[in-house]
Amino acid sequence: MLTSSGHDRMIRCFLWFSGLSVAAILFIIVAYIAIKGLSVVSLDFIMEAPRRAGKEGGISTTIVSTIYLTLVSLCLAVPLGVGSAIYLEEYARRSSRFAGLVNLAAETLAGIPSIVFGLFGFVFFVIYLNLGWSIISGSLTMAIMILPTITRTSQEAILSVPIQYRENSLALGASKWQTVRRVVLPSAVPGIITGIILSIGRAVGETAALILTAGSALGMPGGLFDPARTMSVHLYVLAMEGISMERAYGTAFLIIVLIMVINYLANLSLSRMTNPGRRI
Amino acid sequence: MARTNLDAWGAGWSQAEAKPADKSRQVSGLFFRVTPESLIELLLKACAAIAILTIVLISIFIFARGIPLIWKIGWADFIFNLKWSPSHGSYGIGAMLAGSLLVTASSLIWSVPLGILTAIFMAEIAPPKIGNMLGRMVELLAGIPSVVFGFFGLIVIVPFIRNYLGGNGMSVLAGAIILGIMILPTIISISRDAIRAVPGEYKEGSLALGATHMQSIRGVILPAARSGIITAVILGMGRAIGETMAVVMVTGNSTMLPSSILSPVRTMTSNIVLEMGYAAGDHQAALFATGAMLFIFIMILNLVVSFSIKAGKNYAD
Repeated sequence: MLTSSGHDRMIRCFLWFSGLSVAAILFIIVAYIAIKGLSVVSLDFIMEAPRRAGKEGGISTTIVSTIYLTLVSLCLAVPLGVGSAIYLEEYARRSSRFAGLVNLAAETLAGIPSIVFGLFGFVFFVIYLNLGWSIISGSLTMAIMILPTITRTSQEAILSVPIQYRENSLALGASKWQTVRRVVLPSAVPGIITGIILSIGRAVGETAALILTAGSALGMPGGLFDPARTMSVHLYVLAMEGISMERAYGTAFLIIVLIMVINYLANLSLSRMTNPGRRI
Repeated sequence: MARTNLDAWGAGWSQAEAKPADKSRQVSGLFFRVTPESLIELLLKACAAIAILTIVLISIFIFARGIPLIWKIGWADFIFNLKWSPSHGSYGIGAMLAGSLLVTASSLIWSVPLGILTAIFMAEIAPPKIGNMLGRMVELLAGIPSVVFGFFGLIVIVPFIRNYLGGNGMSVLAGAIILGIMILPTIISISRDAIRAVPGEYKEGSLALGATHMQSIRGVILPAARSGIITAVILGMGRAIGETMAVVMVTGNSTMLPSSILSPVRTMTSNIVLEMGYAAGDHQAALFATGAMLFIFIMILNLVVSFSIKAGKNYAD
């Protein structure tokens, strides 16, 4: 029979084992793709346009498409998200029905699977508004998907600005909007940036919604109304249609590197905004 | 604390608004006076309203496309009919619904225990340095796009199953392994936060009564963190049900009802992404109806979550 302390030690070992196996899972995935992908990635792979449906050449057009789509969706979602956070935290009364509804809507949006966003984007932007499979349809859909992240992080950032800042500004005769714009927002910028960085991560990885809204044309997108294929969609097509596993490894590796950089930046900006006495 | 301060601030402001200090900046409208300040407030309110508008639009457009077809062929037939054959006008999602539930359930079977144990490890056992490092790693795991998980499954898990367990590898099991990995971060981080939120006095009281650390975890901390852990599991489940790209790449996508965990399976989400590109008419409507089912399912899960959070608060009080 086990003694009580022996029993304890066994459970403790088991807990250590669980924690380490989660770390091992991540390590195996990243290491495997890094080892296989590293030999494929070169400057040419990044700079060259794909040829023969991606069998040869690089992935430059998909990198450009990814950046293009991400930037346009940020341009749409950041003003809306920050504006809505300002309204919720600075103007609306917390108990108001409207604020409650907005919070509920943002929570619901955050939980909807991306394929449902894809369906909506397809029927609303692509067909109903007749925007076609294009960067703009993809970006509008993407903007809706990242809106909750940007709203939520901006809300937290605004909330963490000490009340004294506002009181001082108002006491100096500034109007409410002047206070928000000159005092509250500048202090909330690091938090807002964290939200933007997290959203970029989501935009880079999104696939299902973009297949249905931005199409999967492999060419270099010229304008907002051209179809585009992002890196993630490219990886999906390469792997599923068995076009080139080698290039799929390279693409997957680049996506992981990108996500790691984004994660690092998010943590950096998060630690910047954590000032003594007020943690988020 | 900050919240109540802000509340008072907001309330105080609305009184001050009644008599604006700067009358010269007012513009006289026909029926009411518009000030730049009130215009800005209106604009910000419009931004906030976008979230509500989006939810309404999503519901309207997806239901309008999908629900008429469900009415035409009947709810029961749509949900339980196992025959999905668009070319013969047969739209039953029974096999896909079963597929989604089967893959989700089998991913939860292993990822929930592992996730909760890891959360306990991070909150209670790990030295701070290791706990933080593991936290970073879990964050990274959460950030890896689903298509990369799918790719990893396709090149590592599927061949492994094919070589060592039989079948062609594209299977319920492959889906369950990949999905389980993907929902681990959700389960771990929410459970960990729930465990950390348990007041220190509970643990101290239990230790003072002579319980060991492990006994305190099992008898006191876990029961107190119960509602948070349940939330974690439900959110993980929601993510698993809604996941598309990773599943479509590893499960083989046969529309037949799976006979074992080694047989191929198609989930509802996979069906949408696989067929949307060329579907038209009733076929397309059936895919939208599938999306509507997913939407309803996720909404119900969300309601359960907010209910369990509320129940947790009552329990804590």
